[in-house]
Amino acid sequence: MNTFDVEAVRRDFPILERTFDGKPLVYLDSGATSQKPAQVIEAESAFYRLHNANAHRGIYTLGEEATEAYEGARSRIARFFGVEDASRLVFTRGTTESINLVAYGWGRASLGEGDEILITEMEHHSNIVPWQLVAQATGARLRYIGLTDDGLLDLSNLGELLGDRTKILGVTAMSNALGTITPLKQLVDAAHAVGAIVVVDAAQAAPHMPLDMDGLEADFLAFSGHKMLGPTASGGLLAKRELLDRLQPMFGGGDMIREVFHDHATWNDVPYRFEAGTMQVAQQVGLAAACDYLDALGMEAVRAHEVEITRYAIDRLLEAGAVVYGPKDTDIRGGTVSFWYHDIHPHDLATILNEEGIAVRAGHHCAQLVMRRYGTPATVRASFYVYNTNEEVDLLVASLARAGDIFAS
Amino acid sequence: MALDDIYKEVILDHYKNPRNKRDLPGAEVSCTRNNPLCGDEITVFAHVDDGTVAELTFQGAGCSISQSSASMMTEAAAGRTVDQTLELAGQFRGMMAGEVEPDDDRFGDLVALKGVVKYPIRIKCAVLAWDVLQEALQDTGRATGAQPHAVG
Repeated sequence: MNTFDVEAVRRDFPILERTFDGKPLVYLDSGATSQKPAQVIEAESAFYRLHNANAHRGIYTLGEEATEAYEGARSRIARFFGVEDASRLVFTRGTTESINLVAYGWGRASLGEGDEILITEMEHHSNIVPWQLVAQATGARLRYIGLTDDGLLDLSNLGELLGDRTKILGVTAMSNALGTITPLKQLVDAAHAVGAIVVVDAAQAAPHMPLDMDGLEADFLAFSGHKMLGPTASGGLLAKRELLDRLQPMFGGGDMIREVFHDHATWNDVPYRFEAGTMQVAQQVGLAAACDYLDALGMEAVRAHEVEITRYAIDRLLEAGAVVYGPKDTDIRGGTVSFWYHDIHPHDLATILNEEGIAVRAGHHCAQLVMRRYGTPATVRASFYVYNTNEEVDLLVASLARAGDIFAS
Repeated sequence: MALDDIYKEVILDHYKNPRNKRDLPGAEVSCTRNNPLCGDEITVFAHVDDGTVAELTFQGAGCSISQSSASMMTEAAAGRTVDQTLELAGQFRGMMAGEVEPDDDRFGDLVALKGVVKYPIRIKCAVLAWDVLQEALQDTGRATGAQPHAVG
């Protein structure tokens, strides 16, 4: 099953009909957030039009429908990651909140002096700063796996970095700045061998490649719905069930309690004890529709489409004289391509590309450790998804030449 | 062409051939700042002599807008009193907010940056050097009554 009809996919995305000064939108910033298909927009809208009430509260029929939609979304989204027990999925606003929940509820609650947290220099700030806060609060030491010149994790000294003192390993499944796919299984096995738990940042991987939570044996896996065709503020934290039983709540409030007394409260069941206050019900329902959409395409086919376009983009960019960061081998990278074109500053380049209707990211991509490692303050980043085409890559490269003309004159 | 509004010849000229881009040994004041969004960084050095910005230089790295703005600023501000320079900074900010109509006499080449107003996210690039200058000059004490601090 390797039929991927990109034109049919494009027809599902209403925003792709937009033009800017007569030029069609060329959206190459899916690494920041993806566009949404009509099916997702309709699912979220239908919830509001037909089923809206607060979940887990109403006795009336509409309230039951809302609860059913919300819990149905939980099962559907968990299944996208190969997880049958829906109670293993905690709903959050996305990867950042999920990682902070683990950092707070596990890191702060269990670490102390002499303990170590190991992360990598490839991480997004959202998988660095929460651990810095944990280290400051507990006295634990934060250590880093470095990067090779080719944009891979440098595992040559892993044996020295990972040991009995390591309690938590935090690692991205796919770099948002370099596109690198990390050797997760190898890292999970190494961490488990020394008794550490593994927190996977799947913000970039989940939308773009098959991810099997239990095949990976990851302890916690954080993902963002808005990067995988879902609404903003959808997403969650997947975990091994026994770890959720031990995880401390981060937010206190309505629906996360069983009983409240003057001086203390007892917790609701997992996963509700982590979902204080009114949750993003319509958004998670929209994300469930996004999972339906992606599974109908097939995640293997999504990955194959992106490998093809990424291969084409890297080849064309290199031909044009661009410097491309990260691995060039599409077997070990996703469709996030960071580059410099000649000496044109990324902000200037992004402004010029915008005039052609091309949306790219320019900046440090919330990965300043990566930027510093490769000696640049910023890059231009083109990131591809199910709706992108090789023709759009051609437009990108042609527009780079135009930028070159402006700055050469 | 809209791009001609932002990438004017005079901007590209200041970017490729920045004026007064060097250290200033013995500068009474200096200040460094960066734009966290893009990593652009500018350091401003000034000799302040009896309330006058006698010499103004900068160092930095970044996009054409931030660097050309710094270059133009060093030409426009040098020789003015600290108060006049701070006033000019206020007027430049006003121009970038679309509130002040620039006059060529005071602004010189800086008028070219007016086109950046159409690119709201780039306004921060244009204003960065002026933020740094303002902070540096406030340190001279003319505005605050504090003592100038030495560089280094």
